[in-house]
Amino acid sequence: MDWLTTVDHKKIGILYMIAGGFFFLIGGLEAIIIRVQLMKPMNDVVAGDTFNELITMHGTTMIFLAAMPLLFALMNAVIPLQIGARDVAFPFLNSLGFWTFFFGGLLLNLSWFAGTVPDAGWTSYVPLAGPTFNSGHGVDYYVIGLQIAGIGTLLGGINFMATIINMRAPGLTFMRLPMFTWSIFITSALIVFAFPVLTVGLVAIMFDRLFQANFFEVANGGSGVLWEHIFWVFGHPEVYILILPAFGIISEVVSTFSRKRLFGYSSMVFATVLIAFLGFMVWAHHMFTTGLGPVANGLFSIATMLIAVPTGVKIFNWLFTLWGGSIRFTTANLFGIGFIPTFVMGGVTGVMLASAPADFQYHDSYFVVAHFHYVIVGGLVFGIFAGLHYWWPKMFGRMLNETIGKITFWTFFIGFHLTFFVQHFLGLLGMPRRVYTYLGGQGYDDMNMISTVGAFLMGVGTIAFLLNVFITWAKPRNATNDPWEDGRSLEWTIPSPPPEYNFQQTPLVRGYDAWWKEKMEGKTAMTPAEPIGSIHMPSPSILPLIMSIGLFIAGFGFMYDHLLVAGGGLVITFGCMVIRSLFDDHGYHIEPEDQEKGVKA
Amino acid sequence: MSSHDHVDGHLPHEPEKATLQARNNILGFWLFLGAETVLFGTLFSAFLALRHNIGDGPSANEIFQLPMVFAATMILLTSSLTSVFAVQALHQHKKKAMVGWLIVTIVLGLSFLGLEIYEFFEYVHEGHKFTTSAFSSSFYTLVGFHGAHVAFGVVWISMIIGQIFKKGLTVVTAPKVYISAIYWHFIDVVWVFIFTVVYLMGKVG
Ligand code: HEM
Ligand SMILES: [Cu+2]
Repeated sequence: MDWLTTVDHKKIGILYMIAGGFFFLIGGLEAIIIRVQLMKPMNDVVAGDTFNELITMHGTTMIFLAAMPLLFALMNAVIPLQIGARDVAFPFLNSLGFWTFFFGGLLLNLSWFAGTVPDAGWTSYVPLAGPTFNSGHGVDYYVIGLQIAGIGTLLGGINFMATIINMRAPGLTFMRLPMFTWSIFITSALIVFAFPVLTVGLVAIMFDRLFQANFFEVANGGSGVLWEHIFWVFGHPEVYILILPAFGIISEVVSTFSRKRLFGYSSMVFATVLIAFLGFMVWAHHMFTTGLGPVANGLFSIATMLIAVPTGVKIFNWLFTLWGGSIRFTTANLFGIGFIPTFVMGGVTGVMLASAPADFQYHDSYFVVAHFHYVIVGGLVFGIFAGLHYWWPKMFGRMLNETIGKITFWTFFIGFHLTFFVQHFLGLLGMPRRVYTYLGGQGYDDMNMISTVGAFLMGVGTIAFLLNVFITWAKPRNATNDPWEDGRSLEWTIPSPPPEYNFQQTPLVRGYDAWWKEKMEGKTAMTPAEPIGSIHMPSPSILPLIMSIGLFIAGFGFMYDHLLVAGGGLVITFGCMVIRSLFDDHGYHIEPEDQEKGVKA
Repeated sequence: MSSHDHVDGHLPHEPEKATLQARNNILGFWLFLGAETVLFGTLFSAFLALRHNIGDGPSANEIFQLPMVFAATMILLTSSLTSVFAVQALHQHKKKAMVGWLIVTIVLGLSFLGLEIYEFFEYVHEGHKFTTSAFSSSFYTLVGFHGAHVAFGVVWISMIIGQIFKKGLTVVTAPKVYISAIYWHFIDVVWVFIFTVVYLMGKVG
């Protein structure tokens, strides 16, 4: 019950982690089935239709329901702690954001049980996804599920921007922010400016499908290219929404475990901002083969390649941070270090794809699949694993087992490269993506087998991680405040796990790497910026859960044309909004004598 | 600084910014408006891309009735002014005047909505239905989205008035008035764009 009503960012972080992890397993299972189907030529483990459903759901699930929520898990768990805050700016919305994501994801995945699954690809290109070609309810699940989940993402973006702007501890200026906080700040800005575009696209396609609108119905003047523009104006920034947080995690991990200050901090900040800005200018590199013409292709080509410059700055800064450091090869750091060359390879193939004439060869082949998995799995998922291992003791008060951690790393790392490295060559040889099988004897057979073996190895890595989690659960909570002993930022100054109010006294920050600076001066705690006093906390609320259930019901109503059900769902949601606005939440106070008891989160 | 400091009616000069939560709310709301700007921007882009694709239906030039739209525009612009008066009254801690101006704002908003609904009925009558063409779909979506925002604003402000009656003007209710006023200006600005891009450009082709 506690968990259904919580507005505590640390608990919401854990909820995001469990739900995101759950969807990660579903997406992973889908991936394994895909790889089994492609293991050998003319295989018939699944039918062609099912295959389309599998790749659609795999991509959609991994991006929207696994990767993003796992990032939200880490940002919820860490950001308020890193900036010395007691909570986020809007705890209620934070909980609402989680529940809308969760029920949106649930709705999407219920399509498997309804027997009509989205099958138009994660990009949902029209006319493939339009009512003429796709008359079942499959794509409706995609459209409505993602809209509901998208609300949560947008709320999260706004929340974290406001939190980071308004709630930093005294002395924590922008140019002293830890790199992870910086990257989340920029990511949140990307979310705020990119997600509404997706919302409009989804609404438009929903109107086409449910109410016979004509946005994308070519026969009535609609335009399929319009969908591509809308999707990628959102979609390209989205890939940076995914990777920038990973950059932030790597910066923290690499500098902690090299026992050195992050090299080139201000250039890191600048590069992050520049990448985000350029991220909005390059969407049409996904549309080189659409026929926009040589001028457009040329401009988007050059703009895309420009992104490699700030990205290169980041790579070199990480290398210089490692250079000469006293490096500790913890599991977190192994993922951090493994990230660097892997992501570089993804960047290199990115620049290859950015060359418009060359893209005519690569486009819609396995080369593209290899590219984005190098950046998304080799970049983002490595980043998430690094972050989970690094902050686990802070979140749960227990250290993950390092031996199992190393097994996780090596199986996942090797499995990853086995799976995706060969796909570059499959693509160059002409194997198309999104096709459910292939003829033997075209030079594809062995590499596909290798790829499938690799996928299983990644599965082993994931299972090892889960085992580690279960084994760790049984252990006592004995992690100290600063369990790695080399912590640099504020989260390492408070108990693991932190009490529900995080900081008994807001700390005073006197420089970059605030905690490290104090430690170097021989201090054992931060200087407080305020006297001990009563701490105000927001009260828990069940409303976010009910509001999300309302949307969930409304979604089904719209989908199956039961306007009564749809209306009922919306009434529930708006009713909760009315209740929320009529009854103020005064919260409660934790008095100093109770603080000593160290109320656990 | 907690909300308990001001229960006795001694409101600070800018009561809408007195607490951290209030400042968070205002900042968060501006960020939300950033997202809304992108939302409307995308709807405008879609409309611009599709506005000549009229299929068998009527064109913009044939159906738009500028005098009526102009009247609606004037009403909405006036309502922005009255909401400014409401915020001024807020700053002078004149509760009655503030509520009065809020009510005027709501009435103007409702008149705007009435005109818009009437307008839509007229158009449908002339064969310009939601499903007629890409132009009509994108028209109703863009203008209708704005209309829904106006309707939401009307309900929202009414509920804030209810709270003012119940709790008076406090550091909790003041930010709500202030934020809803920002919202109201925002939908007004969006309407100015709609008037220009949809109606004026529709008339000149
Ligand atoms: C230097 C950096 C990068 C460059 C130059 C680049 C370039 C490109 C280009 C040109 C394409 C289109 C290929 C085609 O469809 O023919 C592409 C596809 C893609 N990229 Fe990147 N990219 C870069 C980094 C990233 C990052 C950081 C991510 C994710 C975190 C990413 C994710 C993707 C995805 C998901 C696709 C495939 C989309 C689809 O068609 O489904 N890329 N990239
Ligand atoms: Cu891209």
